[in-house]
Amino acid sequence: MTDPLLQIEDLTVTYGGRSLLGLKTRGVDAVKGANLTIRPGETLGLVGESGSGKSSIANTLLGLVPASSGRMMFDGTDLAQMKDGYPDVVRRKIQAVFQDPYSSLNPSMTVEQIVTEPLKIHATMTRADRRARAAELLRMVNLPETHLPRYPNEFSGGQRQRIAIAAALALQPKLIVLDEPVSALDVSTQNQIINLLYERRDATGMSYLLIAHDLALVHHISDRIAVMYLGHIVEEGPADRVYHQPAHPYTRALLDAVPLLDPERQRARRAARRAAPPTDLPRIAVQGCPYRHRCPRAIDRCRSESPRALAVPGGGTAECHLLEPSGTTPPAQQTTPGAKGPASNTPPRKEPA
Amino acid sequence: MIKLVGQRLLAMVPLLLIVSILTFSFTALLPSDPVDLIIGDRGSNEQHEQVRERLGLNDPFVTRYLDWLGRAVQGDLGTSFFNSVRVTDAVLLRMPATLSLTFASVLISVVVGLGAGVAAALRPRSWIDRLATFGATIGQAIPNFWFGLILASVFAVTLRWFPATGYVPLGENPLGWLLSITLPALALGLSTSAALARQVRSAMVGVLQQDYIRAARAQGLSSRRVIFRHALKNALVPVVTVLSFQITVLLGGALIVEQVYAINGIGSLAIAAVRQQDIPMIQGIVLILVLVVMGVQLATDIVYGLINPKARPA
Repeated sequence: MTDPLLQIEDLTVTYGGRSLLGLKTRGVDAVKGANLTIRPGETLGLVGESGSGKSSIANTLLGLVPASSGRMMFDGTDLAQMKDGYPDVVRRKIQAVFQDPYSSLNPSMTVEQIVTEPLKIHATMTRADRRARAAELLRMVNLPETHLPRYPNEFSGGQRQRIAIAAALALQPKLIVLDEPVSALDVSTQNQIINLLYERRDATGMSYLLIAHDLALVHHISDRIAVMYLGHIVEEGPADRVYHQPAHPYTRALLDAVPLLDPERQRARRAARRAAPPTDLPRIAVQGCPYRHRCPRAIDRCRSESPRALAVPGGGTAECHLLEPSGTTPPAQQTTPGAKGPASNTPPRKEPA
Repeated sequence: MIKLVGQRLLAMVPLLLIVSILTFSFTALLPSDPVDLIIGDRGSNEQHEQVRERLGLNDPFVTRYLDWLGRAVQGDLGTSFFNSVRVTDAVLLRMPATLSLTFASVLISVVVGLGAGVAAALRPRSWIDRLATFGATIGQAIPNFWFGLILASVFAVTLRWFPATGYVPLGENPLGWLLSITLPALALGLSTSAALARQVRSAMVGVLQQDYIRAARAQGLSSRRVIFRHALKNALVPVVTVLSFQITVLLGGALIVEQVYAINGIGSLAIAAVRQQDIPMIQGIVLILVLVVMGVQLATDIVYGLINPKARPA
């Protein structure tokens, strides 16, 4: 197996917590002890509801927010140690594409300026070379070269996202952080952008960290999926396994949130959801499982003891007491049939290890 | 861009006509007779009529207006009722003082306003931000003529760093010009910079939250490049609009502050003209000030088009 490109170990990101007039305020942990691995050429999908810490991981990885503790080994360097920004050698290997293409392109710069700005900072190129590279980048994202002197306000959302991708590709990075790259686009445009991302990855062998909330989309494009809840990575594993055989109750809840095409089944599921405990419960779990307030299968142990990451048959890990051999029945066997995404066709049930 | 300038210049023509008709009407509607002021109570009725005839006040309103307009187009704004000075000459003579004061205060306003606004926006809720907000509130609350008096009494009368009154033309003595203009420009500029600082702060805070700032940082741009090249340029779009109003306000403020510092600018000329009902002089001053304001607005539109691609005509 190849060496990982990125290995995040026990990463914690804390916001706030400054001392104010001698009073120490306790910060909020947006990410708590997260572990993630991305191999070269691999796409890791990171899912979770808003506020789960997905974007905090992205921002930390991009050096926009400092890591509080833990390690982020990227291509031989520990990024978590670099509190004062990354050196250029690291920076050019990690690029980003953000969610809203209407806000992520500087409105007062031409397409050429946007696409070549990374080259100006990180590469010594002549003006003519940069221009040629800009034209080449636009071709890569299927936009005509004639767009170079135009301004972002002249483009549609999909075109703008292509421009953002072209800028991210400019330095031939090893990793691109895609923070909800298609959720602001309409469905027909989403497909084009996803196909473009595919094509570029296969052509260059770079890796993606794909942050999204749409599990079906993430399953479609990712090799592995990690699921976050309240700053914890509650489940991680090969995309097919996580999607078809979720081991953690929260992953299952996320999959259940995808509406079903059959109205009868959808009605039954909605009734089951209404019967579940309310979701508006305290979000700060000091001890115990972070998901225990919302978990329909929480046991006493969940209140007192934080679950460890346990291996899941079929690959990956999940942080759930119910997976322990000595524990009660694993969640996969207790769930109602058909409670999966529309793409799942009676997947094999997972047996307790 | 040339098309835009052409359009703006054409649009100025009807506006100037309207302004000239309005000021002409207002002065014609004045209840008192300027002739009384010129010859005083002792003049006979014949003398009175002679003067009226000489000044052309007996002609119908429309004739007088068209007459005046015909000459104004050629650059002749008439002659003062009270001395044989040509209005154009009088205004042009006083203009440099007023314009120096206005533009020096614009400069102070922009430097202080931008500096304070950007510093406040970069660290919201820090002491710099609080200080800037507090200063802006004070600056907006203090009347500029009063602030001018305070500055004069401290820096001119007590400390004697600057002259308390008077204006030295730039061509005569550049250092003297600078010294003579510093206090009045500070009085005007600092109070206006307050409004500008607020505008810059809010525009800058808004821009800094945009994803393209995050994207620029993620690309590894230096903070300086992110702030000045990416953020400030976009934050300036609303600021330029405010600034164009501010320049107009500063021009008006200059007329008042001139009085405090006894600067012989347009302000004293205008006040004297109004007091004496020197109709051609009032006309001329208003028209020329309107031209200056229009020039400022044209310049604003050009700058706006340069920094905001959306405002450019396709």
